[in-house]
Amino acid sequence: MPTMRLDIVTAEKLVYSDEVSSVVAPGAEGQLGILPNHAPLLTSLMPGELKVLKDGEETNIAVSGGFLEVLKNVVTVLADTAERAEDIDVERAEAALKRAQDKVNSSGSDLDLERAIRALKRSQARVFVSKRKRSSKAK
Amino acid sequence: MASAQQLKRRIKSVDNTSKITKAMSMIAASKMTRAQQMALQGRPYAERMMSLLSDLAAQPQFEDDPHPLLTPREIKKIGVIVITPDRGLTGGLNTSVNRFAAQHILNSGYEAEVVAVGKKARDFFGRTSNLKAVFTDMGDRPTVDSMAPITKVVVDEYTQGNIDAVYVVYSKFVNTTVQKPELITILPVEPAELENKDKVGYIYEPDSSHVLNELLPRYIEMEIYHSILESIASEQSARMVAMRNATDNALEMKSDLTLEMNKVRQESITSELLDIVGGVAAVEG
Repeated sequence: MPTMRLDIVTAEKLVYSDEVSSVVAPGAEGQLGILPNHAPLLTSLMPGELKVLKDGEETNIAVSGGFLEVLKNVVTVLADTAERAEDIDVERAEAALKRAQDKVNSSGSDLDLERAIRALKRSQARVFVSKRKRSSKAK
Repeated sequence: MASAQQLKRRIKSVDNTSKITKAMSMIAASKMTRAQQMALQGRPYAERMMSLLSDLAAQPQFEDDPHPLLTPREIKKIGVIVITPDRGLTGGLNTSVNRFAAQHILNSGYEAEVVAVGKKARDFFGRTSNLKAVFTDMGDRPTVDSMAPITKVVVDEYTQGNIDAVYVVYSKFVNTTVQKPELITILPVEPAELENKDKVGYIYEPDSSHVLNELLPRYIEMEIYHSILESIASEQSARMVAMRNATDNALEMKSDLTLEMNKVRQESITSELLDIVGGVAAVEG
């Protein structure tokens, strides 16, 4: 089965680096599936879930925006932040989500609102991904 | 000459000081290692981002209509981000960074807006210059997210045309004993020349100008983030060396004082003995 290299890096560290068989990413224009030997591509990412398939096993990673580059069978994700599902503290993520919701409701200026909405989307993505871990464990 | 009692008290106090400075030096050493590691871990990201930016900037449509953040223009006023630690006890580090920045502003001959990162820069430039914004308490482990407000201040000022170039002055970590003030230009952004000129021809989503618009602020944030990490590593290494010197000095002082105390004690014993001998002689005589 053909594979490709996937590197997920943030400004703080290298989060993931392995040979994988497919990646599904939250692209700026919607979900984006990438298989080996994809054409060169550069896209910005939305906050959301990054699904990585390796040897039939799925890894879920929450990203909060960034960029994705495909070049010569190497996928590089430059993420603003990236966390694996198992590293996310569900309770804290949910608390953050609630805070973000309150912020959106109480924001005065447009700038605050914009920032609050972005924070909300990020925390939604984290909660969503962290829940995945639970459901896949339950199986 | 001080009495034996007084000397004893001083020795005790010098000894305590040496314990504190020794602990501070050890703490600084471990914090320095961590800051260096953080800087190292961010390197792959920085490299990828640099190459993406170079590739994007070389796109044909930007040659005709360059992005404002990439276009140099005539300078009337400059912006300088000065990065210093929040705290002292770092030898000459803070002063040298501040003076380097002030010197640069003077030499440039332009009016300058200063963005101070760290309390020492705030205190220095608060007295003299046009302080545009102040950011303090970045902590020992800054996050890239916390760079967003700093970036926003300078990018807004730049796009509104208030300033025409932005520099960062920080202390570069050369090695444990050497830190050098350094100046880098962050706006207008100068993408590195592509090494191999063959263009890849990416598919851009949604389109190249959108991606470039998102990428540029990130790039600036990352530059500032790295300068701050360097500055933290410098701060800790300077503090480590300063505190180690302080410990050495304290120990030297302690041994001098001990010697003096022993002398004083000896003298008092001798004079007491003489008194006794004299007294006995008088009685017997």
